[in-house]
Order: sequence, then C-alpha cells, then structure tokens
Amino acid sequence: MTARARHAQGGAWRSPAPGLGRWVDRHISWFFILPAGLFLAAVVVFPVLYTGVLSFYRWSGSATAAATWVGLSNYADVFAIDPGFRNALWVTAYFTGVSVLIEVILGVGLAQMLNREFIGKGLARTLLILPIAGTPVAFALIWRNMYNPSYGIFLWFAELLHLPPQRWIADVVTVIPSLILFDVWQWTPLIMLITLAGLVSLPSDLYEAAQIDGASPWQVFWRITLPLVRPTIVAAAMLRLMDSLKTFDQIYVTTQGGPGIASQTLNLYVFDQAFQYLNFGYASALLVVLFFVILAGNLLLVTMRRGQA
Amino acid sequence: MRGVSGNRAGRLLRRAGFYLGLVMVLGVFIFPFVWMVLNSFKTHDRITEYPPVFWFEPTLGNYRNVFQQAQFFEYTWNSFIVSFGAVGMGMVLGLPAAYAIARYGHRGFAFGVLACRMIPGIAFLVPWFIVFRMMGLLDSYVGLILAHLVITVPLIVWIMIGFFEEVPIELEEAARIDGCSRAGVFLRIALPLVRPGLVSAGILALIFSWNSFLFPLILAGVNTKTLPVLVYSFMTFDYLDLGGIYAASALITLPVVLMVLAVQRQFIRGLTIGGVKG
Repeated sequence: MTARARHAQGGAWRSPAPGLGRWVDRHISWFFILPAGLFLAAVVVFPVLYTGVLSFYRWSGSATAAATWVGLSNYADVFAIDPGFRNALWVTAYFTGVSVLIEVILGVGLAQMLNREFIGKGLARTLLILPIAGTPVAFALIWRNMYNPSYGIFLWFAELLHLPPQRWIADVVTVIPSLILFDVWQWTPLIMLITLAGLVSLPSDLYEAAQIDGASPWQVFWRITLPLVRPTIVAAAMLRLMDSLKTFDQIYVTTQGGPGIASQTLNLYVFDQAFQYLNFGYASALLVVLFFVILAGNLLLVTMRRGQA
Repeated sequence: MRGVSGNRAGRLLRRAGFYLGLVMVLGVFIFPFVWMVLNSFKTHDRITEYPPVFWFEPTLGNYRNVFQQAQFFEYTWNSFIVSFGAVGMGMVLGLPAAYAIARYGHRGFAFGVLACRMIPGIAFLVPWFIVFRMMGLLDSYVGLILAHLVITVPLIVWIMIGFFEEVPIELEEAARIDGCSRAGVFLRIALPLVRPGLVSAGILALIFSWNSFLFPLILAGVNTKTLPVLVYSFMTFDYLDLGGIYAASALITLPVVLMVLAVQRQFIRGLTIGGVKG
C-alpha cells in the first residue's frame, strides 16, 4: 500500500463526512453547473433529440392514434415535392437578407452621425432602445393597423410623399417589403447602438493625424473609421442575422403568413404544419432541416470571429 | 474677421442641421409609440377615420373597457407569476453556473447555454407540447415557467459571467486563506459584490420573459394565459375593438418602458451576449 493510499484511507476512516465535504468543495464548479446542466439536458437536448426521432414518423399528435414509422419519407417530401417548404425558404431568405442589409447600412450611418457630444445624448439612447425592448405583439398589432389598406396611416404617408397608393400587407408583392420596413424600424437601433459603442472606443490619435494630413471627412470614414469598426459591424450583422431567422411574433400577428402564403417564413410554416394541420412528424422533419440551417449559420459566425481574432 | 464670423455662422448652421436631423431620426423611431398613445385615447370610429386625425377630444373609454374585463387583471397576474417565476428560477440555475464559468472555465458549457438563444422557439415548442401534454403540464404555471427559463437562463448566465469576472480575485483568495470553503466564497463574497449586475440581469430577463408570445400561445390555456396572448386575442374576436387593442398595447408596453429606463446600458450588453463585446 502506498503512502498516499494509506493516507487517503486513514483520512476517510477518521472522518468520512469532512472528507466528502472537501471532495465536493474541490470539485465545486461541477456542482455549480450541474443544475443548469440538468435543466438544459431536460428542456433543450432531450426535445431536440425527440424531434429527430419524431421526424421519422407520421403522427397527428392524437393521444389515442399511435405514430406510424415512415422512414425517410418526411425528408423526401421536404426536399422533393413540398412547394410550401420552397416558398418558406425563399420568403425567409428574402426577408432576412434584405432587412439585415438595410439595418446594417442605416445603423452604421446613424451611429456615425450620433458619434459626437450633443445635448440629450442619453435621452436619445433611451428612446432608441424602446423599439428593441417593447413587446413585439403590441408593436405588431400597431403596425398591422398602421398598414390597414383602407385607413392606415401609411396610406397617408404615401400620399404626403406623392407615392402611388399601396395596399401594404394586403398585397402579395408589397407584404414582405412592408414587413421588412417594420423589422428595420425595430432593429436598426440595435446595430446603431452596438456600432456606436465600437466607435467610441476608437483611438483618437489616428483622427488627429488624419486631420493634420488634411483628409476629408469622407476619406476619414472610408479609410480609418470603417476598417477599424469592421469587426464590430460584422459581429453585429451576424448576431442580427441569427436573430432574424427566429422572427415569429411580428409576422404571425401582422399577416399570419398571408396573404395566401406570401409572407410565410420557415418558422411560420413549421408552426402551421404542427399546430394548424397537426402534422407533427412532418413538422419535426422541417425542424431538423431548420436546425442545420441555423447550425451552418453559427459555424459561419464562429469561423468569422476566429478569422478576426 | 469676416472669415471667422462666416466660420461661426457655418458652425451654427451645421449644428442646427445636426439637431434637425436628430429630431427627424428620433421622430421616425418614436412615431409608433406616439401613435399608440394617441390612438389609445380615441374612439374606435376616430381610429378608422381617413385622413388620420391628430387633434381630437380624448376619451378614457378604451382604458375603462380594458380594466372592466375581469380577464385583464387575471392575465396580468399570470404574466407576473410566469415572468417572476422564470427570472427567480433562472437566477437559482444561472448564478452558480455563471460563477463557475467565470472562475473555473467550462467554456464548452457556456457555449451550450448560448446555443439556446440561437434556436428558434418553435423548435422547442413541438416536442414540449407533446411531452407537456403527457405530463399534464399544459395550461400550468410550472410548464410556462419551464418554457420561459429557456429565455431567462442564457441571458442571466451570460450577463453574470461578466460581472463575476470583475470581482477582484484577491478578495476571494483572502477568504479562502481564512478558511472559507469554495462554496462559501461564492455565497458570501462573490454574490454580494455582484448585486448591481444581479439587478440588471434580472430586469433584462424580466423584459424578455414578459414579452414572450409564442410559448404561452401554445402552452397556456384559459387559466394561465399571459398578457401578450390576451392582447392578440383582442384582434381575433368577432367584434374588433381597435381602441381596446391600442389601450391594451400601451398598458403592456408601459412596464417595459420603465424597466428600460432602469437598465439602459446593460440592455445592449444583454442583447449582444456572446456576439459582440460592448
């Protein structure tokens, strides 16, 4: 018996409880993450795996009728014949791509404009947080009403600007641009506030040097500011992109995917398949596909961040 | 001399231009709020008038209608229970985890927590609905709080990591030398020192839990419906009471506005967890 083993045995024999207490304390960090870990396993990991299993079945979700094993046929349907899925994929790409692009351009522009000392800066920041923080359902109801094709205030705005009258969310062509405008209103401030935080932390000596060299404000923006805050902007854009793929409340409340299926994103499509048509197996297969889309997005985010570091 | 005064006039003009632009930008972002408040004091017929009216005799009728619905207070109560429950439980689960990540590593676990934030809610909802129904958790506070924990735990963990990292390690080491256990250091040294962070993380989690619509839409029933679901149902009733919708929207947004005023800076930090340092 080695000395250490004897010592350990002796310690255990003399006072088992303090020994255990010390062992727990030495590994306390594992006990600290244990509750959250168990929770995540039960509420996140298990459902994800369950979704994977369910995607091989056909099931109406009924408590009495059993699920039927259908193998890969749900996936075959998703990729081969389902026009609803293709439509949802296109709508999601259109909505997400255009709104994030506009938000980044506007957000960076506004951040550049507000990056100075002025009276009421704190107030301006607070006011700009409100669209991000407010209850999405409440906003969606208000925007829905503002887009009303017979009396909504957007009709009046269009008239003021001498634009031809639009039917906004009531028309298949304008529904997504209308939703994009809503999204841009809600989320441009986020990109702006993140970029503003990045701008504030830039070193001032570079700007002084540029001023001495007689650079124009435009040159300063393109040659100094933009390259320096680019990592912040890219990170903010990726963040927004991932969040944008999650958009549900705003679209569900304003259009419910309509008119027809013109604004049915992947989220809404899955929701309908599951809770409207009760195709739980098929909805699960769609979810697995959605997971891979999001996983790919996240991997892209991680690699881009690695590339910057 | 003329050059200087010209310069000065130019500067003043530029300043005026800036403030004009600022007011316009803020006006655009604030307009829906203003419109919400204005319309909440209009009658239904006034709201549907075209061209829109900006000057009118205000009425409190909409608010009176909302308050007269017994459900409104019931659902407000539900919203409170679910949000505070999810934040309280989120603290119990999240604080030790955040401390362990800040002091002992566990980066992999930290990213696992973050992943919850990336997955769309609908992805959890299908399996939850099935499992909750089997376990009788549909239309129960327990089920709703469990669901909302997916919103609050990642927020609390990721915000608190930053606050725990700022606790001076010397203090913790001194306590260790004085014979304090590691768990004791967390409870007696670290936790009291991060109290300000605790408040902002809690408020932030409260906002997002309060705003949540998709989970209660499916998981709540007549007994546990929360305010966002109630406001939404105003729209789908046979009769459509626009005044009621505007008044209820204003009422549901009011606590959020107050909470935002309290957390300002931490708000952006909370939204960008794991994505951007800010």
